[in-house]
Amino acid sequence: MHIMEGFLPVKHAIGWTVASAPFVAYGLHTINKRIKEKPEQRMLLGVAAAFTFVLSALKMPSVTGSCSHPTGTGLGAILFGPTAMAPIGMVVLLFQAILLAHGGLTTLGANIFSMAIVGPFAAAAIYRLAKTAKLPFGISIFLAASLGDLLTYVTTSCQLALAFPDPAGGFAASFAKFATVFAITQIPLAISEGLLTVIVFNALARFNPKELKEMNVVTAQEVQA
Amino acid sequence: MKRYQNLLMMIAVVVLVAVPLWMVQKPAPGPDGKEVEIFRGADDQAKDVIGTIAPGYQPWFKPLMEPPSGEIGSLLFALQAALGAGFIGYYLGVANTRSKYDKAISKAAKC
Repeated sequence: MHIMEGFLPVKHAIGWTVASAPFVAYGLHTINKRIKEKPEQRMLLGVAAAFTFVLSALKMPSVTGSCSHPTGTGLGAILFGPTAMAPIGMVVLLFQAILLAHGGLTTLGANIFSMAIVGPFAAAAIYRLAKTAKLPFGISIFLAASLGDLLTYVTTSCQLALAFPDPAGGFAASFAKFATVFAITQIPLAISEGLLTVIVFNALARFNPKELKEMNVVTAQEVQA
Repeated sequence: MKRYQNLLMMIAVVVLVAVPLWMVQKPAPGPDGKEVEIFRGADDQAKDVIGTIAPGYQPWFKPLMEPPSGEIGSLLFALQAALGAGFIGYYLGVANTRSKYDKAISKAAKC
């Protein structure tokens, strides 16, 4: 989902940066506040960041014959709320933009918006919905993480379609083209991300039931199950 | 079922990665004799799509630093994954030991 350096027109690049900045700033504020109130959660925050690091480094093959990578933002969004993921996603994207020429500084705002804002917000919302619908813990996590991943790539397709509308078919035709590249490729990867997130959550639920309960991620009964 | 759940999910991830490798066939070289590359990055393909929609578009900014070769690129990606996986492994190890320790203590307290 990394839009390459220089591949968004100046106006779009600035627009997405302006759109993402307040989320990153507010995210930093919420992280600071939480660490001050509950210093013991610092390690778990590290786990959320580390998970994003690992998953966004793994470029996996897909049935479309191209490669892409998961985002890993669902885990942190469910644990700490979606706002915390904006700064964490930014760190990962900066690392890749500066050292790897993967993504870019001019497209950083747009990439933050898809991976570190839309994805986490979608994941957190889907998790809440699934909980209200009383779906089992594992299924809720799976749906949240995999759909959050997929929506990140749908967002990237939208961003590119807005920047490069098709001369004949406009936004819709262009979106269809970018979505074929990104969203279809992403489907098996989103499933993988969902499964991996459930595996990590299973481990957390086993070793850290108290923290998860405190963070309102699970209820008491689910931990015992 | 519950016991094998994690193992089954890991197997499913491996299958999801392996199936495309086996399923996608390399197409024959095009009329210009150039080999068709498969499993390119989706990001790269998006660049090609931009090229067909807006042929005149010129990127207006270049990456400040590019890995000098594909090998160095994969070194950095491996480093990124290793850092993350290392931390997660460390944390789960600590959490596992702590939960065992806590259980032992509460057991001892009951006696």
